[in-house]
Order: sequence, then C-alpha cells, then structure tokens
Amino acid sequence: MIEPALELRNLSVAYREAAVLRRVSWAAPASGLTAIVGPNGAGKSTLLKASLGLVPRLTGEALFFGQPLSAVRRRVGYLPQRASVDWEFPATALQVAAMGRYPRAGWFRPLPRAELERARAALAEVGMADFAERQIGQLSGGQQQRVFLARALALEADLYLMDEPFAGVDAATERAIVEVLHRLAREGRAVVAVHHDLATVAEYFTEVCLLNGELVAAGPVATTFTPENLARAYGGRLPMLDRPVPRTEPGAEPAWAAA
Amino acid sequence: METLLQALSFAGGHNTRMVALGCAAFGLAAGALGCFVTLRGRALIADAAAHATLPGLCIAFILAALLGGDPRSLPLLLAGGAATAGIGVLVAGGLVRGGRLRDDAALALVVSLGFGIGVALLSVVQSLPVGGQAGLTGFILGQAAGMGQSDALLIGGLALLALLAVAVLFRPLAVLCFDPEFAAVSGLPVRRLDLALMLLMLAVTVAGLRAVGLILVVALMVVPGATARLLTDRLPVMVPLAAGLGAFAAWFGTGLSAALPALPTGATIALVACALFMLALLFAPGRGVIAFALRQRRLRRDLLAELR
Repeated sequence: MIEPALELRNLSVAYREAAVLRRVSWAAPASGLTAIVGPNGAGKSTLLKASLGLVPRLTGEALFFGQPLSAVRRRVGYLPQRASVDWEFPATALQVAAMGRYPRAGWFRPLPRAELERARAALAEVGMADFAERQIGQLSGGQQQRVFLARALALEADLYLMDEPFAGVDAATERAIVEVLHRLAREGRAVVAVHHDLATVAEYFTEVCLLNGELVAAGPVATTFTPENLARAYGGRLPMLDRPVPRTEPGAEPAWAAA
Repeated sequence: METLLQALSFAGGHNTRMVALGCAAFGLAAGALGCFVTLRGRALIADAAAHATLPGLCIAFILAALLGGDPRSLPLLLAGGAATAGIGVLVAGGLVRGGRLRDDAALALVVSLGFGIGVALLSVVQSLPVGGQAGLTGFILGQAAGMGQSDALLIGGLALLALLAVAVLFRPLAVLCFDPEFAAVSGLPVRRLDLALMLLMLAVTVAGLRAVGLILVVALMVVPGATARLLTDRLPVMVPLAAGLGAFAAWFGTGLSAALPALPTGATIALVACALFMLALLFAPGRGVIAFALRQRRLRRDLLAELR
C-alpha cells in the first residue's frame, strides 16, 4: 500500500493556555494537491509547523511517507509565510533560491556550478530569471513569494508544506504559482497548502482538510467541501455560504490531470 | 604625529607591532562575526554580554589575589569575564522565555545588573592590598598601552580561531540568519548553531576587552557590518568587507591612541569605525545619502520632462 505523504496522529499543540490544535488525526494523500482551510486562529499554520517540529507538540506525532521527519528530510520541503523573514537581508534572488540546494550539495563548500544552474532553473520556472541578481528587498511582494517558491522547488521534494502561498500576491503571480502546483501534482508529488480563498479551493485543489482547532472534515473536495462542512468549520458566520460553493462532479478529472 | 606614523607603520618596535597585529586580528573577527550577530538580531545580547564581563573580571582578580596567583594574568581575567558574560546571556534568555519579559527589557536588565555588580566589586578590588584597580579599569574603556606580547598573541589567537569558525560555518549561519524555520526543516541543528554563534560572540567579546573595553566592544561588532551593508547587497561580499573595516579601525585606532595617550584605546577604535561608517553613509554609490539625493533629482527632472 502507498503510504500517505503526511500522517498526523492525535496531534495537539498549545502556545500559552488554550490548545490551538486538539487531537488532530488526519492523513494527506501520497500525491496531489490538498488545501487546509479554516477560520483565523483555526491552527492551520500551527498544524504545518507542529508537523515539521518547528513548534513543540503537546501530544501526538507526524509521519512523512510513513516515517519520522528526520528519516525523510530530503523528501520534504517547506514554504514559510513571506512575512516570516526580513527581506532587507543582504542576498540576491538567486542566492535565496540556491539555499534550496544546500541540503543536497552540502553546507560546507561553495555551491558547484551545476547546482547553481538548478537554482537558476527554479527561478526561471517561476518567471524570475531576469531578477536573479536583484537584491530581494527590491522585489515586489509577489516577486518575493516567487523567490520563496523557487527555493522550495530547488529542494526537489516529494511533499511540500506551504503556508499561504497565495497570500498578498497579484493575479499573475497567483497563476504562476498554480502552474507550478499543477506541475508538481502531475509528477506525482504532494502539496499541502494553507489556503484562505474559499472561492478557489475547488479550482486549485483536489483534497481539502477543514480545520477549526479540531479536524472538522477531510477528503476529496467534491464530497468534503460542502456548505454544511464549511458552516461547521466557520461556525456559520460565513458570508460566502450565501453563494453556492462551486462543486466539481464526483470522480471528474481535475484540470491539471487532463493536461 | 610621529608616534602615530610609527605605530601605524609597525615601526614602534616588536612589542608595538605585536599589539597592533593582535588588535587588528580582533577587528577582523569582530567585523566578520558581527555581520551574523546583527543579522540574527543579537547585537543587544552582545552588548549585554560585554557589560556582564565586569563581575567576572573582578571575581577572577579577587580570587587570584586571595589565592596568591597573578591577578593581572590576562587569560585568567578573560576566563572570568567570559564566565559571567555567559551567565548574563543565560539569565537574559531565561527572562525572555515564556514571555515573562520583552527581550529589550531583559537585556537592559542584564546590562544594569552586570555592570552594577561589576562596579560594586571594583570597590572590593580597590580595598585589596595587592595594588588597586588600576589593572581593571583598563578593561572598561580599553587600554592597548601596556599590553604585552603574550597578551597580543592570546587576543590574536582567540580572534583568528573565531574567524576560522565563521568561515567554516558561513553557509549554515547565513541560512539561519535569513530564515531559521527553513534552516530547521532543512535539517540544520538550529539550536546548536545559535549556541555556536553565541559562543563565538563571547569569544570575540572577551578578545576585545583588553584593547577596546567592555563598554565599546559592541561597536566593533555592529559598526563595520553596518558600514559594509551600505556598500553591498551580498553577504559573501559584506562579511569580508566588514572584517577588513573592523581590522582597519582596530589597527588605526590603536595607533591613534598610542599617539594620543590621553584617549582610551576603545574610544579611538570606535570613533575610527564610526568615521568609516559616516563616509559610507555619505558616499556609498547605491545607498549613500548623496547618491540618493542625486538619483531623486534626476528622476524628478526626467518625470517633469515627460510631463512637458
């Protein structure tokens, strides 16, 4: 049987007093695109960070391809929120993308030319080839997000955990990111992304995990991303629910698979 | 003037030459390491650690005097200083953990506590029969005069070891400073790297105590890096540049204080570093004040021409 890309068993996290995540057990499919959806404070980013060991877990464990993270680190990539770093850092776009090659090329020697070319290719895939030598602080928000994505792509991971990849980017960047996601899915890789725009969940993703401190529902978008489940996740205070949620036919091929 | 030229051209005799080289080695290490210390947001911790060396210096002096050792032995004094500086860093970390105190408040507290205890201990030192605190006040403002060859060797050796460690850890430290979460997911031992950065910071701090003094030693970790940052957007350029600027400031400042014996060495070194910063601030090609003003004027002119 195929191991899930990410499996959470009984995961709980607390920062101060109240638990942010309570006993979440969930498995992301071995490949394909999964959205983590829920209201503010639902613990979506925390779920990613706790899985990766970036915040301490109160209970439970996270398995990647059936193993602890330390055993399969090379196969797992992380795309943090853009706002989590200082973009005034003295580095060029290419140098940031190249950080994605260090784990494979080794940390204690200059990056060989071939590795640097891979980082450059990752920049090119997100449409940033012309900005390779630009200081990252001089890039727009959308361009910075693309550089972060390029660094993640340079990792050549099989599972990507992405924290709001579409936050604060313009339409062109959003399209560029979607194309990258589709390429990853076509290659049989898995992406688990925190996503805020309910209107595009069905368009971009095939699986969804609805979260509100606890796991509300999880499964294929077609059967899980329903007004009833959304009402449970958002506590019924969701203007979006007045509009019909776009539904895909059960069993229909997602757009990227048909290409 | 002649003394300055002599000191700078290493013509002041073997001892002066060794002291100038030892100080320059310290500047080299402080400039390079300082880039990472500030990019990781640790400049205030470095300052707190420097102030927290004073109790250790005093305790080492007192213990040596009481036990019949040499209270002016530099390795002994620096070891004492490093010990209480390390405690100061741990105390600051403990106060910040769990959100008990904001980190700036915690560090101000460590500065006050360290320096307060140190000054109180200085009066104890003064009451000792072994001859006053003269040897110790030099550590507060820095006093290159009177440094011996073995002192210079110790400082230079410590600095060069720290520099070597920075060179080896260059890429892990760079990724850690830019994005600690990405570093952790990539499998870097983030805690141990931060610890290494802290230990290197302590090593460089105590290396600078004798020449620059504990009040101004942080200047050589912050100012050369800030100067280099004005001149380049790339870390692989910024770090060697900051190292060079730090070495120059330490070497030139030491020479200057030899020519102007009334000035403490720490002040001359820090002022040379700040003068270099001011020059870069004004004249840096991309980020300098003058370049910025010229660029703005040109853009305004072009825009007005377009509108016409």
